[in-house]
Amino acid sequence: MTTTTPLEPNPTPPNGEPEHNERHWKDFFGFSTDHKVIAIQYFVTSFVFYLIAGAMATSIRIELATPNPDFLGYENYNGVLTLHGTMMIFLWIVPAGAAFANYLIPLQIGAKDMAFPVLNGIAFWLVPPGGLLLLTSLLIDNPPVAGWTSYPPLSLISGQVGEMMWILSVLLLGTSSILGGINFVTTIFKMRIEEMSIYDMPLFCWAMLATSLLILVSTPVLAGALILLSFDLIAGTAFFNPTGGGDPIVYQHMFWFYSHPAVYIMILPVFGLISEVIPVHARKPIFGYKAIAYSSIAIAFLGNIVWAHHMFTSGTPGWLRVFFMAATMVIAVPTGIKVFSWVATMWGGKLRLNSAMLFAVGFVSMFLVGGLSGVMVASVPFDIHVHDTYFIVAHFHYVLFGGSVFGIYAGIYHWFPKMVGRMLNEFWGKVHFVLTFVGFNLAFFPMHILGLQGMPRRVVQYDPELTSLNQLCTVGSIILAISTVPFLINAVWAWFWGPEASANPWNALTLEWQTSSPPIIENFEEEPVLWSGPYDYGIDREPKDEQSVSELLAEVKAEL
Amino acid sequence: MANSSTPPNQRVTVADAKLRPSRLDLEYHKRKRYYVKLPTSINTLIAGILITLISLWYGQNHGWMPLAASEEAPLVDGLFNTMMTIATGLFLLIQGAIVISIIRFRQKPGDNTDGPAIEGNIGLEIVWTAIPVVIVLVLSVYSFEVYNEMGGLDPAASRDPGPQKTAVAPGSAMAATLPEGDGEQLALGVGASPATQGRNAELAVDVLGLQYAWIFTYPDSGVVSGELHVPAGREVQLNIAAQDVIHAFWVPQFRLKQDAIPGRQTELRFKPEVAGTYPLICAELCGAYHGAMRSQVVVHPPEEFEAWLQSQIAQQAEETPTVAAALPSESDRLQARTADWNVTSDTLASLHAHHSF
Ligand code: HEM
Ligand SMILES: [Cu+2]
Ligand SMILES: [Cu+2]
Repeated sequence: MTTTTPLEPNPTPPNGEPEHNERHWKDFFGFSTDHKVIAIQYFVTSFVFYLIAGAMATSIRIELATPNPDFLGYENYNGVLTLHGTMMIFLWIVPAGAAFANYLIPLQIGAKDMAFPVLNGIAFWLVPPGGLLLLTSLLIDNPPVAGWTSYPPLSLISGQVGEMMWILSVLLLGTSSILGGINFVTTIFKMRIEEMSIYDMPLFCWAMLATSLLILVSTPVLAGALILLSFDLIAGTAFFNPTGGGDPIVYQHMFWFYSHPAVYIMILPVFGLISEVIPVHARKPIFGYKAIAYSSIAIAFLGNIVWAHHMFTSGTPGWLRVFFMAATMVIAVPTGIKVFSWVATMWGGKLRLNSAMLFAVGFVSMFLVGGLSGVMVASVPFDIHVHDTYFIVAHFHYVLFGGSVFGIYAGIYHWFPKMVGRMLNEFWGKVHFVLTFVGFNLAFFPMHILGLQGMPRRVVQYDPELTSLNQLCTVGSIILAISTVPFLINAVWAWFWGPEASANPWNALTLEWQTSSPPIIENFEEEPVLWSGPYDYGIDREPKDEQSVSELLAEVKAEL
Repeated sequence: MANSSTPPNQRVTVADAKLRPSRLDLEYHKRKRYYVKLPTSINTLIAGILITLISLWYGQNHGWMPLAASEEAPLVDGLFNTMMTIATGLFLLIQGAIVISIIRFRQKPGDNTDGPAIEGNIGLEIVWTAIPVVIVLVLSVYSFEVYNEMGGLDPAASRDPGPQKTAVAPGSAMAATLPEGDGEQLALGVGASPATQGRNAELAVDVLGLQYAWIFTYPDSGVVSGELHVPAGREVQLNIAAQDVIHAFWVPQFRLKQDAIPGRQTELRFKPEVAGTYPLICAELCGAYHGAMRSQVVVHPPEEFEAWLQSQIAQQAEETPTVAAALPSESDRLQARTADWNVTSDTLASLHAHHSF
């Protein structure tokens, strides 16, 4: 337990009235160095790519409504599948995390902007070219078809141009992510207002600290792997190409050295968002602040030493499989701590079940399912059966969709008033939640059973015995597709015509709620004062409490 | 947690002084009250018993696994059932707590006050750190046992000879534990279970994965087939290789899978137990027709297997070059691909039978 030094009532430095330039709508379409503008640019861009990748997902599911290859067919299926996965990861979840980080970190620590605003602008502007490059790669003759993992030798023999475009695009997006990571770490360490110790930081900042460290350690390795792969592809080297004596397994190690941490890069920011949303709407302090903060760091550390659990049936010796099984299982511990803490935060609170909270609760319960199946697939003998099957597809969609996407929606409903200055419609928000929740479970739960029964992943046709479960999944995915419509209409309508939001519509305690909605250009009129911890709900706020003090004292005495 | 034991708070802002009077000494005691309040009602007990019973029952009766047809399969199923039991229990416990929260602890209309200021509970936190620790410890040990029993730690299958097709053991103590001859070969994958380690399997089959077919060669008799035929109750060793890209050999009913990797030898050693015909599926994306790369495993009673083998030997002696073509373009492709692998037209026909459903 640390005792934070009580703060001096801080007279704000009399540095005169800062002049406020008005934010112009054109700023959002050009190179900006304002973290809030960049954040909105990230949000809108990544959401557009989400819609495109989602349309691809729907077409995949339509294809799989029947056991025969009759919609996308052999020619198109793998290209669409590869782009669906790549875009969902590199153009939706990762940049959406960067969007929240950009928006929230400076505000939550009382800073005017990021540590390196220009770098921040550059990081964003790598995303649209990366995305467009990836999209065009689907339109050419030889699109990338080797899945988002792009394993050689397959990736080396299915067409140079498309594969090269895929590599370049992922390199651009990876670079963007690294630049963002540098910025987030520096900002968190260097730009907090003076009174804010690291233990007064909102948990989202802790989560982003862990995420950024992971990005910085792992993403360069992916870049290395992809550069070597591109040499094999166009220069005829044989790093991974077995026909020249290369070793495709080395690629797998390098790829997963990044891509396992990548799943934490995609989930840790969302853990942070949830740790913010739940206490506000449960009106209760977060349960176990330090446990949650440290578990983020523990997950980031462990996340680096579990990569080969994706290779339990590959060219890996038995001792290695067993080592990575043990390391992977350990991650269940810090993850479990988080889940228990969120539930304990809700328990006994006064829950406001608005759209933000519904998505946050949905996150906890869906992520739980993904976590339970995660422990199962960590077990080598079991994973040998389910590796590369629909069980895995189910598992990672529970984590990525039920986890990341639900959490991102919770964040959007929670901070939309802050970012836009207007309130979203609650009724349509709830409709959105119910459709998403029902559609998601219908689309993905049956996939567990499909995988166990014998359906491999990445196939365009399957055993007709599995038709009815597959059709259930397809129905679910169509409900999911429909579920985005109320959200889109709600967001666009509220952006222009929604009721205006006050500075602090949720009565929240973190610093971003101490400034106007939307915040002025350099965030705060005057340097904000830290007058409470980030989650000090329920502490002497109600006169009722004071009236019952003597009564309480008596109770305490009786108990002691 | 920061602040939880601080003296009366002096963090007061101009803006919110009215809303937030400074904290009182009492706050500490007030919290203390919640620390000692743990749920111990009779309802909790009943819920606990119910959750346990449901989990125990569901862990055994989920019915999600296909038939178990190999000696290894029941081991994996036992492990899976245990994990299902634990997962069901945790699922009910945590979802239950979530559902109770949203029903019981919903904000009452008109009540805009905060909930109690509980910031943690060391005891509880220790308990819910310890529970996952114990669970993953048990699962790790159990998984290790199962994997060892399946043969995953057979030295011949668990050391990496590196990326060459045939590896020679470095004349070590380990080589000594292996029989002479092909015992010197090391290949990754699932090897002999501890009981049969060091002995050769009763039947060895060379498996080659290529776009988009499996070719099985029986080295002892020279028989080549597009389907895998094995005798029930005999240990089978598959020596797996790939010609072009990575494929993966998977038989769901055996619960076994191993990638076929170009430039590297892998193996699977197992004992089929239940006679029958099972799907043999390629589980690693290998190109446009990956989904069509299916064949089957036929587990014969031992005598029937001998008969099959003899019939194949006889048949392959009088090769017929006509191709029974179901899918012309694809059969051309396969024929071109398999030309140098001494595959008969019958093999190809049997491949086609499983390409389209
Ligand atoms: C909109 C709802 C979604 C549906 C209906 C959907 C459906 C699917 C399906 C059916 C597959 C497997 C295809 C196959 O193996 O043949 C797949 C793969 C995948 N999905 Fe989704 N998905 C959705 C959203 C997401 C989201 C939000 C993510 C987040 C990152 C995601 C990430 C992936 C990845 C990484 C793959 C693997 C691609 C590969 O194998 O290369 N999906 N999706
Ligand atoms: Cu992983
Ligand atoms: Cu395949």
